[in-house]
Amino acid sequence: MSMHGPIATGRTATGIPTARLAVWWLLSSEVFIFGGLIACFLLFKFNGAPGFQDAVLTVTWAGAFNTFVLLTSSLTIVLAHDAAEHGDKDRAFKYIWFTIFGGLVFMCVKAYEYGSKIAHGVGFTTNIFWSFYFTMTGLHALHVLGGMVIMGMVSFDIRKGYNLHRAELVGLYWHFVDIVWIFLFPILYIANF
Amino acid sequence: MSEAAHAHPNYIKIWAILLGLLVVSLIGPEIGIPWLTVVTAFGIAIIKAYMVCADFMHLRFEKKIIWFLLLASVVVIGAVFFFGVSSDIIKTQGQNWEDCISNGSCKVEQRVIVHSSSYAEVSAEHDAQQ
Repeated sequence: MSMHGPIATGRTATGIPTARLAVWWLLSSEVFIFGGLIACFLLFKFNGAPGFQDAVLTVTWAGAFNTFVLLTSSLTIVLAHDAAEHGDKDRAFKYIWFTIFGGLVFMCVKAYEYGSKIAHGVGFTTNIFWSFYFTMTGLHALHVLGGMVIMGMVSFDIRKGYNLHRAELVGLYWHFVDIVWIFLFPILYIANF
Repeated sequence: MSEAAHAHPNYIKIWAILLGLLVVSLIGPEIGIPWLTVVTAFGIAIIKAYMVCADFMHLRFEKKIIWFLLLASVVVIGAVFFFGVSSDIIKTQGQNWEDCISNGSCKVEQRVIVHSSSYAEVSAEHDAQQ
């Protein structure tokens, strides 16, 4: 591990490096954001609120393809973490950029979906299903975008051999983004009943 | 970086299993049985999330405090939404209002208050009683 970086990086009171613990705290707070949205969505859906039958109008293949992309990008970021652990900074850099590319593909598919929906006159205010759809997928897309930017920033330090542990930290965040999508995919795309 | 020495899982194998589960979750709804759709959609989502947490995020090797942290988040959010929000969504009528969407008595697309007076009317009545 590099000796560069803030003192909190190496100091620990719990046996877990403070930086990693901080990311776990961040992720546990994110559970409230997406968990709240998903819980409300399910409560409205199972209570029979009108509009949820519009789930049949979402493009299942696009959602499935994006699930494939995010699962694959989860693999590449964990391989980046593995490379960083072994001190292979060039391989870590390469895998981080594979992951960023995965995020870019995800965003392109999402943009296609949004574009086709808006072109058909479907928007935020169409009904409660689409309000949830655009809120949840939009917030998730912002997280994808944020993750791509952070990974890009971190990658160049890693290539120089600084702060290699950050490959794991951005990886934790990216896996969480993947997990959120794992739950958004069935409720928005395939569980049409 | 993880300080604890542990054998890493085979990431490619985990990824392949996750893709296999994705295929199953896509096939499930095609059969057309609602309960099977629920199982294949949500059940498999839970399994996939667990695998990503345990194997990719290394939660399997993480200290128990992280498990408690995440578990506490899920329990608290479950309690908040079960005790705080669900009654607001699921109940179809109260003393001064009726959810005409859920009981099908109205056609508008938003929950509306149909019984209570407006705040101004209530205030005027209150003032008159004074």
